[in-house]
Amino acid sequence: MAERLQRSLPAINPDFARRYRFHGGLRLEDCREAASSRPIRPAGIPAQLVLPLQQHIGEPAECLVSPGEHVCKGQLVAQTVGRVSAAVHASTSGTVIAVEPRPVPHPSGLPAPCIVIETDGRDSPAANTPPALDYPNTDTDVLLERIRSAGIVGLGGAGFPTRAKLALHGAIELLLINGVECEPCIACDDGLQRERADEVIEGVRILHRILQPGACVIAVEDNMPEAEQALRAALAECNETGIHVVNVPTLYPTGGERQLIKVLTNREVPSQGFPADIGIICQNVGTAAAVYQAVVKSQPLLSRIVTVSGDGVQEACNLEVLIGTPVSHLIEAAGGYTDHIERLLIGGPMMGYAVNTDAVPVIKTTNCILAVTGRSMPAPPPARPCIRCGKCTEVCPANLLPQQLYWYAHSGNHDTAQDFGLFDCIECGCCAYVCPSHIQLVQYYRHAKTEIWEQEKRKKAADIARARHEARLARLERIKQERAEKLARKKQALSGGNSGDEARQAAIQAALERVRKKKEQAGTTPRNIENLTPEQQRLIDAADQRRRERTRPPQETD
Amino acid sequence: MLSALIALGVLAIVIGLVLGYTAIRFHVDSDPIVDRIDALLPQTQCGQCTYAGCRPYAEAIAAGEADINQCPPGGETTIQALADLLGVDPKPLNPEHGEHKERTVVEIDEQLCIGCTLCIQACPVDAILGAPKQMHTVIESECTGCNLCIPPCPVECIYIVPVAKTLKNWSWPLPTEGETGVRRHG
Repeated sequence: MAERLQRSLPAINPDFARRYRFHGGLRLEDCREAASSRPIRPAGIPAQLVLPLQQHIGEPAECLVSPGEHVCKGQLVAQTVGRVSAAVHASTSGTVIAVEPRPVPHPSGLPAPCIVIETDGRDSPAANTPPALDYPNTDTDVLLERIRSAGIVGLGGAGFPTRAKLALHGAIELLLINGVECEPCIACDDGLQRERADEVIEGVRILHRILQPGACVIAVEDNMPEAEQALRAALAECNETGIHVVNVPTLYPTGGERQLIKVLTNREVPSQGFPADIGIICQNVGTAAAVYQAVVKSQPLLSRIVTVSGDGVQEACNLEVLIGTPVSHLIEAAGGYTDHIERLLIGGPMMGYAVNTDAVPVIKTTNCILAVTGRSMPAPPPARPCIRCGKCTEVCPANLLPQQLYWYAHSGNHDTAQDFGLFDCIECGCCAYVCPSHIQLVQYYRHAKTEIWEQEKRKKAADIARARHEARLARLERIKQERAEKLARKKQALSGGNSGDEARQAAIQAALERVRKKKEQAGTTPRNIENLTPEQQRLIDAADQRRRERTRPPQETD
Repeated sequence: MLSALIALGVLAIVIGLVLGYTAIRFHVDSDPIVDRIDALLPQTQCGQCTYAGCRPYAEAIAAGEADINQCPPGGETTIQALADLLGVDPKPLNPEHGEHKERTVVEIDEQLCIGCTLCIQACPVDAILGAPKQMHTVIESECTGCNLCIPPCPVECIYIVPVAKTLKNWSWPLPTEGETGVRRHG
């Protein structure tokens, strides 16, 4: 199918001169200036690190440490389980004080298993770091294994394990490096590209070496000229000509994988498919930099850049944060809360979700912490009935019918919602943003999606229960039958006439024989037979005589 | 006249043969209705429908002996699905058979268990592990929440517990609607 798709696809223009337009989208006020005007600062080592075992899509990692154990910086503390999973490393040195459920950044607010490390401030590195790899001369499998063992996941937000993503492909026409910010207010990728363009470029070259794509392009937005310049300068420095840097118009949500692919290539990722199905692999710039760190610096994914912004903090900034650092530590590093802080969001203003505690840690996919006041982001007014104005349909970047989806999600008609492309919704929030009735559309879609998954799980559980029940019934039936057969055999043996009698006699004889042999083998020897009086000797002899007479075979007695 | 009759007769025979052959060659076994009903039932095997399990209930529905609203674990969803399949009107759950509740599982208090194996014999899906005079335990992931193991327990050491909410089974709630609310359509 992939081949058939590729044949009918628009060709990729090698100079990327033309930009295409995806459906809908929104021009939003840019508020990243506050954070990107200052250089990236390290957030420092917090007193405690909280490392969730699941920071990615797929199976949670398996914990390898126990409370009381000392861990070094970069030490593997949780290993991958299965193919789609990611390892977790200690971001700094310290002592494991607990492995227990803790609040994690998740819209549910539920706790999840975490490794809690009390840091010692020494930041002492692990002794057995793997060697740096000279990637142009290294085997692809070795590079892939390094990426896997470094626990790298997509840092753009979804957190799909990078090793698994690189394994999905067939022939790749285009490696697309996404340097477009996901949402307004987020500046972490901008900061990274401005200040560490060389690392990004090296990382892209490593990915290029692994995938051997037909073309490779780094896309930035047209309002990030410094980032674009820095990337171009880094490219010129290493005389790399196989990688292009292009800018795309700033339009939310161009940072979305599917939208960016449409803008640059006019190709559309099939519904429920992957970009690899149309010959494209998309990676975030942060992921590329992490790949560089893992391959060239032998350092697993221990930190990431996080934008702390919003009018609820004193000083919006980009921070380099150790994975597992509590959000409260970041807020402190950003000068603390302002007086009117009302809500804390993980993620940007469009797609972020509120958390009710700042004890949650930064995980691999956390790109932004937004502290907002009621003034800048008031609570949504009560929803009013849908007036069918159709504005949501105009802005939907996935070209869906949000209004229809809303009716079906609302009435629990999940099958029809799926027919209308519910799972193509990227939850960007454009529809809810423009809705004049203030309906929280995205939450209806999220509800419907999770309900559908839950139903599928219930269906699977029912199938397993059916199989187990049937197996049990079969087993009980088998046991019953075996018993009946056994009983029938016994009955036949008991009432089987002459042949039965003979068999019984033979069995008795055999048993007697066994007893005799056993007695012989036991070899009992008489004791206390010295110094006997004649009277005692006479009694013994008489007893022996009687025994001999009794055990003598009948034919001899005659 | 005669030739026309012969021609039509031959045509009729040929077409009849072709149709007869295709009817045998391309015969489609329709899904037995019992299997399709059974596939919609939650497989709790609890017997609240008064039948010995989900499949006997499915057979009873297919035979027209049982109604579609006798399955409390399936609740409204199952009744709706059965109504769609059988082309009948959905009806509310018959309260005689119990009420629909969130799925629960059972847990054995291992301090109290005397190892009598009665619960193992009662469990319809072999979700209890144990041996005579050995401690028993419930395999939570396999427990259907039928609660059939509770009555036989001589020391009352089996408790009903809710399924723990984790990140994996958490669902987004529907948004809370304002006072004016949203009118229900459809």
